[in-house]
Amino acid sequence: MRTIRTPVVSLRISERALLVSTAIALLTAVAAVATVVTGDFPLTVGEVLATFAGQGDGYADFVVFTLRLPRLVTGLLVGAALALSGAILQSLSRNPLASPDIIGFTQGAATGAIAVLVLAQGSMAATALGATAAGLLTSTAVYLLALKQGVQGFRLVLIGIGVSAVMVAVNSYLITRATLESALAAQTWLVGGLNNRGWDEAQVVALVLAVLLPCALALGRRLALLEMGDSAATGLGVPAERTRLALLAVSVGLAAVATAAAGPISFVALAAPQVARRLTGASGPGLAASALTGGLLLVVSDFAVQRLFPTTQLPVGIATGAIGGLYLVWLLAHEWRKGSTT
Amino acid sequence: MSREAVRGVGLLVSIGVLGLIVLLSLWIGTKSIPFADTFSLLLADDGTGDAAIVRDVRVPRAVLGLLVGAALGLSGAVMQALTRNPLADPGLLGVNMGAAAAIVSAIAFFGITSPTGYVWFALAGAAGTATAVYVLGAAGRGAATPDRLVLSGAALTAVLYAYVSAILLLFTHTFDSFRFWNVGSLAGRDFELIGQVSPFALPGILIAFLLARNLNVLALGDHTGKALGANVNRTRAFGVLAVTLMAGAATAAAGPIAFVGLTVPHVARMIGGSDQRWVLAYSAVLSPILLLGSDVVGRVIIAPQEMEVGIITAFIGAPVFIALCRRRKLATL
Repeated sequence: MRTIRTPVVSLRISERALLVSTAIALLTAVAAVATVVTGDFPLTVGEVLATFAGQGDGYADFVVFTLRLPRLVTGLLVGAALALSGAILQSLSRNPLASPDIIGFTQGAATGAIAVLVLAQGSMAATALGATAAGLLTSTAVYLLALKQGVQGFRLVLIGIGVSAVMVAVNSYLITRATLESALAAQTWLVGGLNNRGWDEAQVVALVLAVLLPCALALGRRLALLEMGDSAATGLGVPAERTRLALLAVSVGLAAVATAAAGPISFVALAAPQVARRLTGASGPGLAASALTGGLLLVVSDFAVQRLFPTTQLPVGIATGAIGGLYLVWLLAHEWRKGSTT
Repeated sequence: MSREAVRGVGLLVSIGVLGLIVLLSLWIGTKSIPFADTFSLLLADDGTGDAAIVRDVRVPRAVLGLLVGAALGLSGAVMQALTRNPLADPGLLGVNMGAAAAIVSAIAFFGITSPTGYVWFALAGAAGTATAVYVLGAAGRGAATPDRLVLSGAALTAVLYAYVSAILLLFTHTFDSFRFWNVGSLAGRDFELIGQVSPFALPGILIAFLLARNLNVLALGDHTGKALGANVNRTRAFGVLAVTLMAGAATAAAGPIAFVGLTVPHVARMIGGSDQRWVLAYSAVLSPILLLGSDVVGRVIIAPQEMEVGIITAFIGAPVFIALCRRRKLATL
């Protein structure tokens, strides 16, 4: 732990967290370069750089700027948004299993998307809109139902379970009654993917992140105090109820934009904060490291599904589950071999 | 009346309600049979079609509802006591996803599509996954914290989910059968299936009740539990065994019905307080009430078609659960 003091601000920075974050950022850069240069039309790094400088041929231009880059950027941002959302919720509820599911967002969004796909055979944009609207509505309902002289974390979790269960039931109903074709479209959306994502999606996610990321980081210090309990936080000058509402709103906003862009990609929100926390050895929420980890997980996963199974167009949600899950398994196994107690 | 007496009376009333629901489930169905006839047919087989419906369709369905309901509720209660996590359901040990992965493989690679054919695959998948989760989360030199168990479950579930999703998207005919299993249903099950799953479910239920006292000690935390002389690791191992047997059998028989195991123990805790003996007893009675009651509703709500019980449990149970969460003072785990 080191304290940096300047006349304006002073920061306490953990050296290990800084080191780990830098390493994750570097790995992400490597994965990003690999994604841009490989594929059905391999390019050299020089060709890609030339394209960036505006001197590439039309063909390289198309491959880089229309096919690969928007998808890469969308994936990176979606991963960061999901991880951040999960990190906030895990810290707020003091529960390592928490993800946007617990406030009903994921299942609500799924209901919206499945309804649009199954009942109206809607387009990609309509599906995204339906998912976002239904997800936000569900989260608001959960919050309002849990509201009773302030929101108690435990009650919020239980009511989230109840509301999510209703949404899951609606989803099952729609999927079993739909034609096989619509049901498959719904299932594909449910896994979450980045196929055919362009600059439109990347732009929306970037805009929303540009607003919500600073909010999240600014609130991060208060989040660490909230982990000590409402009364301790209040004693230290943090308005518990208002801070919690603000953090919930930020977290749902992040989940919403990620889901709209790529569907409910599984496991990123749950795993990235846990992996980040274990790597940095931090005791607090570690929002920045979580966001970086989420971005890396998604970029690597998308690279894997695109290059390992180029003909099948498998959605990236499959790889995040497999890669994130296996990595977390490895981390846990490693911990118990060392005999550490965390 | 003392608090214990109130809880005892409440339990007796619940058992009475359960009895009524069993009667209803024998009487009500797509084919309408007069109430009196239902029970004379139960006692004596007159060889008619009605007799076949009551004796070979409705009776096994009611028995299975009781068995699956009790197994789901108890496994949820034990799971939450073991992990001290309100989000924990039996599915967290990987039981549901392990069963799903095995069944998806059975459909995709062996062409099996009947509930009795699924059973062995589901049981094997559930047991294998639960063992892996336990080894990863609770074994080793370090202290096995509840959070580790929970995270191991989540991690392995994610890996299996990836496998299941990939198979479903690559083999569309598999998805067509799987989506109906995945809803959770008691329809079309016979005595053969009950015979297949009860050797697993019943011992699981027995172990759960025998563990009640030890679970009470575990609720104080690992350190206090040890200080009081409880063998924390043994309790956890037997707890995981009981959950695997019960939830594996229930999932094999009826598909993944997550809602019952997740929420009924919370309701049982609102009534029974923190004493696991009451929590287990109430879970074992309230869960079949919810499951079998929902099954009856599912038979009439869109008659002559049937709505799967997995869908109805959430629609009936969730509003009640939410109302209870708002009303009652919540006991944390």
